[in-house]
Amino acid sequence: MYKYDQYDQAMVDTRVEEFRDQTRRRLEGKLTEAQFTPLRLKNGLYLQLHAYMLRVAIPYGTLDSRQMHALADIADTYDRGYGHFTTRQNIQYNWIKLEEAPDLLADLAKVEMHAIQTSGNCIRNISSDHFAGAAADELVDPRPYAELLRQWSSFHPEFNALPRKFKIAVIASETDRAAMRLHDIGINIVKNEAGELGAAFYVGGGMGRTPMIAPCINPFVPLDQLVTYAEACLRVYNRYGRRDNKYKARIKILVHELGAEEYTRQVEEEFAHLLGQGVEPPLAELERIRTYFEDPAFQDASNDTIDRSDPDFALWVDRNTVPHKREGYVSAVISLKPVGGIPGDATARQMHVMAELAKSYSFDELRVMHTQNIVLPHVRKATLYTLWQTLEAEGLGSPNLDMIEDIIACPGLDYCSLANARSIPVAQKIAERFASTGKTDALGQLKLKISGCINACGHHHAGHIGILGVDRKGVENYQLLLGGSEAEDVSLAKITGPGFDENGIVDAVETVTDVYTRERQDGERFLDTYRRIGMDPFKEALYG
Amino acid sequence: MRLLTGNDLKTGAVTWWTGTDWSIHVEDAADVTGHEDEIARREEASRRVNGPYAVDAELKDGVPRPSHIKERVRSLGPTVRPDLTLKPAEPDIGNWVI
Repeated sequence: MYKYDQYDQAMVDTRVEEFRDQTRRRLEGKLTEAQFTPLRLKNGLYLQLHAYMLRVAIPYGTLDSRQMHALADIADTYDRGYGHFTTRQNIQYNWIKLEEAPDLLADLAKVEMHAIQTSGNCIRNISSDHFAGAAADELVDPRPYAELLRQWSSFHPEFNALPRKFKIAVIASETDRAAMRLHDIGINIVKNEAGELGAAFYVGGGMGRTPMIAPCINPFVPLDQLVTYAEACLRVYNRYGRRDNKYKARIKILVHELGAEEYTRQVEEEFAHLLGQGVEPPLAELERIRTYFEDPAFQDASNDTIDRSDPDFALWVDRNTVPHKREGYVSAVISLKPVGGIPGDATARQMHVMAELAKSYSFDELRVMHTQNIVLPHVRKATLYTLWQTLEAEGLGSPNLDMIEDIIACPGLDYCSLANARSIPVAQKIAERFASTGKTDALGQLKLKISGCINACGHHHAGHIGILGVDRKGVENYQLLLGGSEAEDVSLAKITGPGFDENGIVDAVETVTDVYTRERQDGERFLDTYRRIGMDPFKEALYG
Repeated sequence: MRLLTGNDLKTGAVTWWTGTDWSIHVEDAADVTGHEDEIARREEASRRVNGPYAVDAELKDGVPRPSHIKERVRSLGPTVRPDLTLKPAEPDIGNWVI
């Protein structure tokens, strides 16, 4: 994985000291809160419902054991012994003290991490496929391109005050595991007919209050023009994106209002102009970055087999491991969704355990999934049973990847000052309901996503079943949505009708799954059945 | 009644104006009706609180209870982690929020 060079480290260290000085001045009263707020937000420090919250960037979700150990130590030293993995492959700490934040950032910098650009109207952490470098179906590892874009976008002076925040995802397979088309820019590394690699650009997607699927504005940008094309996309947005209304300031609104064709024309015009400006880093830089993402020293494991005599282990293997590009290996998903638990939360102890498991069994690598789970990307089949036994002992062995219990939930009103309703208790009740009725297994793949407000951090628009918490005259109310997908078959979920209270929404979810089990045909997922039969049978069951 | 709340500048902890000082316990909060702006300006200037604002509340069993659920969650802590709330020994305290 990528290692900081002296420039990376110097930039991060300098920023820590700058923030230390800014914090001191705030505590001494030399800066007002109005002056200080944009400075702390540029360093990922929010003021949330109960305390300051720090969001730490995990570039394209990739970590090594040293970094995961450091995140655990931070949880113990500066927080309350746990952290929350987010839907943008980051981690958040909920109980940070302002006076300790500079020391925390200094500790992060020691392991080549930071919280820069995890807030504010700038280019945020670049996300990617959590199985990158391991997936059997990928064209190439997308992370070198994500890293190149990370370096380009970090401290980019022109894009430091965009109309609104800006999120980029990079993938390199037909299977979309990064919600690529629901980002401001989604990039898919593809091959053209001549066998050359290039980048397909999708621009103007997003969730939030106005969900949109990004249209493809250029199916093939040569890789030696990747950064220049991204710069052109940003320039047009920075110039014409709305600054008068924050709810209409995202690039999706600009692309929608101009039309994809006109936006593309303007990007191409800017691109032609920029091509002569020397924006693009030399290909040698991409090659330098690529060396950090070379395959680990895989062994010949083609004769490895999995002993399935332990039925609990066999179930976990079936549900939580996915094919690897190398024979004899799999990617193993560590579920952070125990029934009744808080989706995405991990204790410091669990983080230490996951770090050690990565060191022992996965070439020192971990990934954070946007679905709030952790991946050990390269695990030999022969070591799986030992690995699983440790996971089981630490409460990390839930066999529920992509099942109804594997719920995405934002922090909601329990932690977030923007939220209108609590998300986590609803997730807990739904998981408990399905675990207790034993229906989970029969439902197969069913992606349920919950947001506590319209900002959609819980990706409810992209859930096969989505739930949106709203405030109805001071009382929590939950809208039910059906038919979304963040994958390559991307679609936006539709609201079923009037909302439900906290217990009612749990019943409603069970009702729509009952419709599915009644109506499904061979091999259909919930989403497939919904797309075939439409909304009416579900509405009829819900509202009569 | 109206309560004045904000966050402690150094720690970020939720605090409530008691009439003479700030407390992390909403039970200690004083009714500031009519004086919200004046107290908020003074206390923010002295850096004892960050971003103070007033919220509606009512007395319930002799204890101030913020009218809006968001402020009740703020005053207690996350309902999904009773151990991290201000009343970890009261497992049913979440009912006070809802």
